[in-house]
Amino acid sequence: MSVAVLFLTLLGAVLGLALGVAAKKFHVDGDPIVDEIAAMMPGSNCGQCGYAGCPAAAAAIADGSAAVTLCPPGGKALAQTLAAKLGITIDLTALVDDGPQIASVAEEICIGCCRCSKVCPTDAILGAAKQIHNVIREACTGCGNCIDRCPTEALVMQAVPVTVQHWVWPKPAMVPGAFAA
Amino acid sequence: MGIFEKIFRSHPRWGVHPNDHKRPAADTPLRSLPVPEFLYVPMQQHVGGPARPVVLVGQRVLKGELVAEAQGNVSAPVHAPTSGRITAIGEITAPHPSGLSQLAVTIAADGADTWCARVPVSDPFALAPEEIARRTAAAGVVGLGGATFPAAVKFNLGRRLKVNTLIVNGGECEPYLSSDDRIMRDRAPEVVDGLRIVMHAIGASEALVGIEDNKPEAIAALTVAAAAFGNVHIRPVPARYPMGSDKQLIHTLTGKEVPADARAAEVGVLVHNVSTCAAVHRALRRGEPLVERIVTLNGGALARPGNVLAPIGTLVVDLLRFAGVIGRPARLLLGGPMMGVVLPHARVPIVKGASGILALDASEALLPEAGPCIRCGSCTRACPMGLLPLEMASRIVAEDLDGATGFGLSDCIACGCCAYVCPSQIPLVQYFSYAKGELSARERNRLRNEAGRRLAEERLARLAREAQEKAAVAARRKAEREAARAAAAAVAAPARPPAVRAVRAPSEAAT
Amino acid sequence: MSSPLHASPVAAPHAATASTVARVMLSVAAALLPATVYGFWLYGWPAVHLWWITIGAALLGEAICLRLMQRPVLRVLGDGSALLTGWLLALSLPPWGPWWVGVVGGLFATIIAKQVFGGLGQNLFNPAMVARVVLLISFPVPMTIWTAPSPMLSANSPGLVDGLRITFGTLPTMLDAMSSATIFGYARTELSRGVDLLQALAAEPAPAISLLGERAGSLGETASLLIAAGGLLLLGLRIITWHIPLAMLAAIALPAWLMHGLDPARYLDVGTHLLSGGAMLGAFFIATDYVTSPNTALGQLVFGAGVGFLTYVIRTWGGYPEGVAFAVLLMNALTPVIDRFIRPRIYGRDRRGTPLEIDA
Repeated sequence: MSVAVLFLTLLGAVLGLALGVAAKKFHVDGDPIVDEIAAMMPGSNCGQCGYAGCPAAAAAIADGSAAVTLCPPGGKALAQTLAAKLGITIDLTALVDDGPQIASVAEEICIGCCRCSKVCPTDAILGAAKQIHNVIREACTGCGNCIDRCPTEALVMQAVPVTVQHWVWPKPAMVPGAFAA
Repeated sequence: MGIFEKIFRSHPRWGVHPNDHKRPAADTPLRSLPVPEFLYVPMQQHVGGPARPVVLVGQRVLKGELVAEAQGNVSAPVHAPTSGRITAIGEITAPHPSGLSQLAVTIAADGADTWCARVPVSDPFALAPEEIARRTAAAGVVGLGGATFPAAVKFNLGRRLKVNTLIVNGGECEPYLSSDDRIMRDRAPEVVDGLRIVMHAIGASEALVGIEDNKPEAIAALTVAAAAFGNVHIRPVPARYPMGSDKQLIHTLTGKEVPADARAAEVGVLVHNVSTCAAVHRALRRGEPLVERIVTLNGGALARPGNVLAPIGTLVVDLLRFAGVIGRPARLLLGGPMMGVVLPHARVPIVKGASGILALDASEALLPEAGPCIRCGSCTRACPMGLLPLEMASRIVAEDLDGATGFGLSDCIACGCCAYVCPSQIPLVQYFSYAKGELSARERNRLRNEAGRRLAEERLARLAREAQEKAAVAARRKAEREAARAAAAAVAAPARPPAVRAVRAPSEAAT
Repeated sequence: MSSPLHASPVAAPHAATASTVARVMLSVAAALLPATVYGFWLYGWPAVHLWWITIGAALLGEAICLRLMQRPVLRVLGDGSALLTGWLLALSLPPWGPWWVGVVGGLFATIIAKQVFGGLGQNLFNPAMVARVVLLISFPVPMTIWTAPSPMLSANSPGLVDGLRITFGTLPTMLDAMSSATIFGYARTELSRGVDLLQALAAEPAPAISLLGERAGSLGETASLLIAAGGLLLLGLRIITWHIPLAMLAAIALPAWLMHGLDPARYLDVGTHLLSGGAMLGAFFIATDYVTSPNTALGQLVFGAGVGFLTYVIRTWGGYPEGVAFAVLLMNALTPVIDRFIRPRIYGRDRRGTPLEIDA
């Protein structure tokens, strides 16, 4: 009896010590997944998701308080990448994705006030005071921050036009029981 | 398995043998299409950057005159296919399954078909290889087998990598098509001269012309034409789809296998199509840019199938009218039935790579409903690349695109053998096209995100720098003011103005 | 991201072979026909009745599931896969077995072994063999009473109505009178009694090893040569490849030849192993089932060899006299593993998938 008690006590003490040492030795600072997710995000810190920038959104996704579908500029593609990263399945049919969007300036209405260019996170809007502004397509991330700033509603979001070069074949219609999913 | 392979497998072990439907169209003599009233010349008829129009609406052009210039390293210029007046520069439906439009120059033909001034070369072999490449590029010659890669870019690549063997692709393994067959029969001397010019341009010492053995007339014609040249070898190859694919033809003719991440030139061979060789001949010997091509018109819905010489930019509807349509075609294809694309309608122009227009009738254009995969493995046996189409497709169905990539999706050449043999009629090629497109869209998106992130970081750095500079300027102003005040205080006493200027000078530079 | 104009254009290729799933299944059924008809003649009307009852039950099971899943019943049944499953199962049952064996087996094959897994193409195990093994384990007595051949039109062959009565169990005495043993069952019994095979096979009641199979057994077991002929037909039609049958038969023959050479008194010879039991049916019709066998040639060789070797092991040292069904099921379970590790070499890459070296 006493041997058993002694043995179990000893066993508990040794294992507890081992766990304690391991916790100290293999301690991880921060959650590496947050950095990995942040690296996948658009990184323009546009704030459309409601979080203060992409790193904050990444942290929220990592701790589960935000959905992977939160990022409008990232769209469906980002949601899929994030879901794959986190190993979760999401229903993308509910996610409305009009494809990538970019801002464009209606030149006849623009008054050259420069308010939009100040809020553009990627410096994608060109133009000096009293000059018609222009959006550099390649640099625009489609965050939409500029839209509300325009006093004359000259800025609108537009779908990036699909060209012959960028067109993607649609996935074939699903056949019931065609493949193991 | 060496011995097993020899005993139990006939060569080649890949591919399929579809009914070729090539005759009678292939045996019908070549006809010329009367120049249509309007021609619509697309700016993107090749792999690479689209050409940029250099003409204005209303301008008169002669046949062969430059209409659009090449843009970028991989690109090709476009020339006027006939003489006439430019009536529009705008969008037209592209010969593409999406039905999307692309930029094209519209020419109203004047009917005279007058050539511009041409500069023929009497002895191309006296020219430097670079000069041949330059002239080929200027003539807008692209790969006419369907890939439409600018020919001159390939010449330069071949020369740089010291290619020894030129492989001339006369395989034409696609059913229904016979434009290459026709050019080999009717213009054999041009083909042979053209391929010798190409050999000179890339510095190759021998040429192997691979022709499927279902084209005996073409083999005979080229054998005669090449008889005088000891380094040009005509090699009949078994008729087996996709023999006309570069990798399969290289392997059949030379036994060399092109590594997965390498180009054919890196193993010392370069492939050019027979029609491309003929176009090179015309570009050099006659100074004629690529403005017309032989197009096969075939399919059950046509009354007079055959091959026709048509100017680039001819509308498909004009070609169909020429060949006579019986009833209403069930499906219009650009290219052959194995790899060709569906045309959204007949008002699309033909391009340099348009080897054939097929008007299939209802019995040819079956649209069987896909059933479940029974894992019969037919696709695996048919795949010329040694892939497992059924495994890739099952991953793609489950949206596991990376899993499909792990099964070799990037090695798929979209030849269509798998879907052709599938007893369940699963649209395997479409699954792969979808996955490839989706993956490249994701890659584009990733690059875009990266660029956006870099720009955002640069902006933050700029804002920080500006704030810093503002602070510096403010500090300097403050110092200036204090200096001025000190100076003013010192006015009563002996003054020292140069000190003030010395302080102000850098602050002016900063603002 | 599809175009607004043409939501789903038709993708290449715009040509297809005439091959369809239904054509494949019906060709297999046709290849089974000679052996089946011969079996009918050999065992008389009860065999015919059990055959159609089993197929009917298999079709019924499939139809019930399709109905529940709201899928088109007639069109899917038309692919012939349930028919073939029922047929193969019927060929592996005792010809004079009671009706409910066929019904339970047929329903089990299509409902549990096939549709529960997701239907055609999704099942891990061969449905007919699953059903056979389930029957064998659950109802060992009716599954091991074999009838000696009594060819139709012969004196003691039951007529159409008597056949029905035998199948539906209202004529029990006749069955007992005619029961016999299969060659493997006989060999095992004799060995366990301490009689060696040399004596046992020479003795009077030993089942004959005739090429046309006039001996006790299931429909698919006795006429091995007709089954093999059907298999060669499938090979000729390119519906199956040679890899699985050859590997399986070789893997049975090789250990049989070795062991028989070592001790003929304890181990049966090669001919008996190949021509008796389910070896031929298994090699050409069961193990070659597309769904449950590997996809690559090399994988099929491994698979076939595994089935053959396991068959020999179970027949010789296992608890049951016949082992094809168990061997097939065991190798079915290994198929995903085989497919995972044995893949064809991709053009331009080595077997591990790394690009080839450039040698200009």
